[in-house]
Amino acid sequence: MHPAPSIIVFTVFSGLGFGLLTFLGLGKPDYSGFTAFLFFLIAYAFAVGGLISSTFHLGNPQRALKAFTQWRTSWLSREGCLAVASLVVMGLYAIGVVFLDTRWTLLGLLGGALSLATVFGTSMIYTQITTVPRWNHWITPVLFLLYALTGGAFLAGQTSLAAPMLLVLGAAQVVAWMIGDKLFAASGSTIESATGLGDMGKVRMFEAPHSSKNYLMKEMVHVVGRKHAFKLRVIGVLCLSVLPFILLVLPPFSHLISFLALLLHIFGALTLRWLFFAEAEHTVGLYYGKR
Amino acid sequence: MTTLPTQTDKKLGLVIDLDTCVGCHACVVSCKGWNTENYGAPLSDQNPYGADPSGTFLNRVHSYEVTPDEGAAMTVHFPKSCLHCEDAPCVTVCPTGASYKRVEDGIVLVNESDCIGCGLCAWACPYGARELDQAEGVMKKCTLCVDRIYNENLPEIDRQPACVRTCPAGARHFGDLGDENSDVSKLVAERGGMDLMPELGTKPVNKYLPPRPKDDQIDILAPFLETVAEEPQGFLGWLDKTLERIG
Amino acid sequence: MNQPVIDLSPKVSDEIRKTTCYMCACRCGINVHMKEGKVAYIEGNRDHPVNQGVLCAKGSAGIMQHNAPSRLKAPMKRVGPRGSGEFETITWEEAYDIAEGVLRPIRETAPEKLAFFTGRDQSQSFTSLWAQGFGTPNYAAHGGFCSVNMAAAGIYTMGGAFWEFGQPDWDRTKMVMIFGVAEDHDSNPIKMGLGKVKARGAKVYGVNPIRSGYNAVADEWVGITPGTDGLFILSMVHELFKAGKLDLDYLAQFTNAPVLVNGDENSEDFGLLMRDANNKLMVIDRATGKPAAFDAMGVKPDLAGSLREAGVTHRSVFQHMAEKYLDPQYAPEAVAERTGISAERIKRIAAELADVAFNQAIELDREWTDFRGHKHDKMIGRPVSFHAMRGISAHANGFQTCRSLHVLQIILGSVETPGGMRFKPPYPKPPEAHPKPHYGVTPGQALDGPHLGFTHGPDDLALKEDGSPARIDKAFTWENPMSSHGMMHMVISNAHAGNPYKIDTLFMYMANMSWNSSMNTRGVIEMLTDKDDDGNYVIPNIIYSDAYSSEMVAYADLILPDTTYLERHDCISLLDRPICEADAVADAIRWPVVEPDRDVKGFQSALCDLGGRLGLPGFVNEDGSQKYKDYADYITNHIRRPGVGPLAGFRGDGDDHGRGDSNPEQLDRYIENGGFWMEHVPEEAAFYKPWNMDYQDWAVKKSFFDKPMPYLFNLYVEPMRRFQLAAEGVGTRQPPEHLRERIKQTMDPLPIWYSNEDENKADEYPITALTQRPMAMYHSWGSQNAWLRQIHGHNPLYVPQKIWDDNNFAEGDWAKVTSPHGEITVPVALQAALNSNTVWTWNAIGKRKGAWALDEDAPETTKGFLLNHLIHELLPPKGDGLRWANSDPITGQAAWFDLKVRIVKTTAPAESQPNMPPQKSPVGKGPSHLEWKVGK
Repeated sequence: MHPAPSIIVFTVFSGLGFGLLTFLGLGKPDYSGFTAFLFFLIAYAFAVGGLISSTFHLGNPQRALKAFTQWRTSWLSREGCLAVASLVVMGLYAIGVVFLDTRWTLLGLLGGALSLATVFGTSMIYTQITTVPRWNHWITPVLFLLYALTGGAFLAGQTSLAAPMLLVLGAAQVVAWMIGDKLFAASGSTIESATGLGDMGKVRMFEAPHSSKNYLMKEMVHVVGRKHAFKLRVIGVLCLSVLPFILLVLPPFSHLISFLALLLHIFGALTLRWLFFAEAEHTVGLYYGKR
Repeated sequence: MTTLPTQTDKKLGLVIDLDTCVGCHACVVSCKGWNTENYGAPLSDQNPYGADPSGTFLNRVHSYEVTPDEGAAMTVHFPKSCLHCEDAPCVTVCPTGASYKRVEDGIVLVNESDCIGCGLCAWACPYGARELDQAEGVMKKCTLCVDRIYNENLPEIDRQPACVRTCPAGARHFGDLGDENSDVSKLVAERGGMDLMPELGTKPVNKYLPPRPKDDQIDILAPFLETVAEEPQGFLGWLDKTLERIG
Repeated sequence: MNQPVIDLSPKVSDEIRKTTCYMCACRCGINVHMKEGKVAYIEGNRDHPVNQGVLCAKGSAGIMQHNAPSRLKAPMKRVGPRGSGEFETITWEEAYDIAEGVLRPIRETAPEKLAFFTGRDQSQSFTSLWAQGFGTPNYAAHGGFCSVNMAAAGIYTMGGAFWEFGQPDWDRTKMVMIFGVAEDHDSNPIKMGLGKVKARGAKVYGVNPIRSGYNAVADEWVGITPGTDGLFILSMVHELFKAGKLDLDYLAQFTNAPVLVNGDENSEDFGLLMRDANNKLMVIDRATGKPAAFDAMGVKPDLAGSLREAGVTHRSVFQHMAEKYLDPQYAPEAVAERTGISAERIKRIAAELADVAFNQAIELDREWTDFRGHKHDKMIGRPVSFHAMRGISAHANGFQTCRSLHVLQIILGSVETPGGMRFKPPYPKPPEAHPKPHYGVTPGQALDGPHLGFTHGPDDLALKEDGSPARIDKAFTWENPMSSHGMMHMVISNAHAGNPYKIDTLFMYMANMSWNSSMNTRGVIEMLTDKDDDGNYVIPNIIYSDAYSSEMVAYADLILPDTTYLERHDCISLLDRPICEADAVADAIRWPVVEPDRDVKGFQSALCDLGGRLGLPGFVNEDGSQKYKDYADYITNHIRRPGVGPLAGFRGDGDDHGRGDSNPEQLDRYIENGGFWMEHVPEEAAFYKPWNMDYQDWAVKKSFFDKPMPYLFNLYVEPMRRFQLAAEGVGTRQPPEHLRERIKQTMDPLPIWYSNEDENKADEYPITALTQRPMAMYHSWGSQNAWLRQIHGHNPLYVPQKIWDDNNFAEGDWAKVTSPHGEITVPVALQAALNSNTVWTWNAIGKRKGAWALDEDAPETTKGFLLNHLIHELLPPKGDGLRWANSDPITGQAAWFDLKVRIVKTTAPAESQPNMPPQKSPVGKGPSHLEWKVGK
């Protein structure tokens, strides 16, 4: 799949934002007033910024409101609804925390749950795509939730929680690869099943339909990323998980080092999200003799 | 509208004969022409005279080479457009309801004025049947020429998809695959029409007729010829006798 | 469910204008849908005889051609050096002044100094008339580098070949064999035919080194070694003779198989056919055992006949054939290795042909009467049919190969019988019904007759009194005595060399000679730009007409901009290359469904103007004024023979068809009728046309001939024997010594096969390199088409598995391809379904930078390539001090497909090589995006 920057930014930063909102909803960190405002600002900047970024991917963003109508069937629509619900609920909650110095716990828990559900909704946009077997697995939502919670904990300053979660996330990411690498083959889709010509012999693409590239190839048949996939996986996990963990647990604690660790983590997340798309093979690639 | 109808009155679709398709791209271009001028936004082209021209096409013809365990490799031309699946994954993922499957005939359509151009339906389609128009930012797909097949401004004989009307080899057939007595259904039954990627459970309406056996797989009924003469003298003798016989 | 409400009956168009397509040479009928006066959509015309509603990719993309940014906009005068592409726009008046200034003095002093060649012209009966009026002998269209072998072999053998001449009986045939069929000869009818055959489950054999297109759908693919088709065919002929599986009745009645051949070695007529006192071909009548005229009432020609006279035995053609084809050299075992087809397979295919022809024969209950007055109560069909085109034509053995195929059809009795091959009116026509070549030049006057035709012996050659060629292309000379279509591919090199003489002006139309339409492209470019010691161009003047900014435009001094096909008048005339079907006679028009928005003019209309200015006979009235205002005027009012004009339909008061006075309303009647006229062949005349008196009488009524002319098929082509006799020393007109042996060998009156491998240095260059035309492209035209160029924007060299493995090729690799003449560096791709000793690419995709209004970095220029750089118009030197033409020695057909190469992997260059410097585009560049929608 084409790793579109707008979508990478969207999923990573909205994940971080809603992850932070989840923690804020749980009352962590327990600040109020201007400090709390700053935390909410960061959370909203990430969450809303991510959502705005996702609209850069749209052909007709001016019609984006229509996307709230189809929550009965569409995960993208559900994600949108959940995102708005979380932002509204957490907004009300934030008013209490920031301006009234009041924590409406139930509202916070609801907002936190909605934020997490939003991330789940995001993950389901990909998980539901049966045409990309690597995504079409329960590990995808697990991974998205772990990304959000780890990043959220990090941003919420919950270092003691963030540190072990970094390792869990790293491990989950490795497990996701171990599972994901086998999924396309397991799906049973091959160039033979795609063309129905398998009974006649071994099938190979002879000529692409057009000598020039098309939308489908640009969007769904991305092969460049996989060449360097292993290298990127290593760099990604180091930045996402291992290095930030080391920086966090290595005393003495300093905000600068934590910030550096956070930057590394986000860089790692962006890298691996790039890979999440670039490594994902769509069945349509079979028609182009590619996976 | 992203809920799929539980059942459609008809299952209109195409039957594509891979035994007959010569790979001429007539259907590709006829489709481009009709749908540029008709339903919704024109099918645009980017950099049409430049280094990397690309444009929106709703139908494309691939070519495959099939190598059997023994015998010569075969070339198969393979037109591909929307299969109007009964269980169309492209419809249910749509966040705005722009994508829908028509109750009356099962045609999968995009209501362009509702389309935000998120591209998710194209991701959901296993077959590469949907293309996001780069100029208009809306999803384009085969409409089965919904603006032709019922069009009272066209002579009745022309009320069929542009690709079917133009196909020089007659490799494309249009009809109701939900009616087992229709010509297309009979053709599918006779020739073993197949689904593409049946494992995905999309239940495509369009069917493909597989190439008939070729080359050495064919039973040859004619025996070798019997020799009547090896050389001219003998031939002349045979000729005389034969001419005598037939008078 | 509440679904959106959509308009299921939108308005399709304001109006449909029906005209004829010109996206290739197929000439289908099209419905042009108009919205607000603009072209909105193009589809096939259901009523049209050629395409019956269907339309190919090219035709459907017509809207992009008609609006292409590459269209020339106005007449232009060259201001930079030739090839630079620098022009100045001028008016038509100025353009005519320049042309007249050049042409008038030539005509008054030496008309042959004008060479007028018209490429893919569909108005040859008109352009040739203009050239005749001018008085130059140097006129032809592109047939010589296309498919003259097929056309001429067909005419000489049986009065017509394929495509315009004939087609398989698609509705009845039970087995079709196609040989080397280029994808557009012809485009839709073959596809429709194959579709019908496939729908019936009848069997299709594809004989072609490459399994693409039609060969991909063939039930059996015979991946033959290029250039050996004739050998394969003659091996099947051998098998059929050996088994006696021959339609003896048909051969005896309708062919020259029973005609006696003069066996007297000492006679000047040795090997010629014997004739009686009335000059009638002579057969032995089986009833009497006596010689008789072939067409005498009631005569039963004896295939085994012979006549002993004065100690000499004259035997029938058929006996000569038996002798020749039973020879073990044609045995399947003897040809298997060379053809790449196993002996067993050849035997099996021959057996299948015989089985279908004789065991599955068709009988139609239709009575008919033959030219001997014999009444037949039914029509017996041999339902095997064949189609072949350039693939077997464009070899130096192509004429004899095409002849072999026609002979195979004839011995099976399948020509003009149900289920076999059927002629399309006005064909069949015996070779004698065609003109002979004319070349009589008188300054200031018209030529003494039509330029092109059919030679019947040395006397018909176009030689001057000193024996030198009368024509600049050396057509109808001893080098290629039967070059019926001229030899356009030799014009530029001969003109440049001043051999046989120098010319003053090269005038061309629709022929991309500085690019894909020439062998030796770079050499031709040098010839076009070469200057003499005085600094003048060696070819002094070049006038060129084209609708588009092709590579050739840059090499002309004066450009006459043509219109697109939707802006012009044309006639698809029975006098020219007709569009009839086996069951119908038809002709058609083009008419301006839109008016040009540029200062351009149909080339034929420009010729009417120029003809008027120059005072050419046929183009001026008695008072010297211009006769035809424009081409439409010519189409309506020209009279070729009494009652016969360019269009056969709606003559006289509109109800006369075939013959009649000119009708001022004629074009309107065509437009009302959908752009064409058609009349069905009467049922009783539908088969056995050359011998069927119902057909013959109908044909006279329809103006194809002026009197019935039944004839025999020429298994034995006597004119060839006349040339051979001359080479043996008989007669006064003698070939030059160096050609004598070759004429003796190649001019065999019965088909033979010979190898061209030595001449092309196959020992050093063992791989054959071919081109095929993609179905979605026509020559160089498709690249200016925004839709089509997305399908074929560049072309790899396809390489078979063995060569792929030998070179360790991988996807994305490039190779250096070397021929005896040149070298190219190009991308490669694997094709397993390919003859193991053949490489190929799509034809004419490669483009020169700056041409066709494409960006200079278009893939056509960076990755696309031409094989033309590897092919020379002359064969490699062979040590005799001569460079022999790379052409068929009989017809002069360009031997494109004899090309032999070596191939080796190389590092990828930045661009395919050779890559030439850019030309300046005289029309600018195209837009950066298209959202084409005409209606609101």
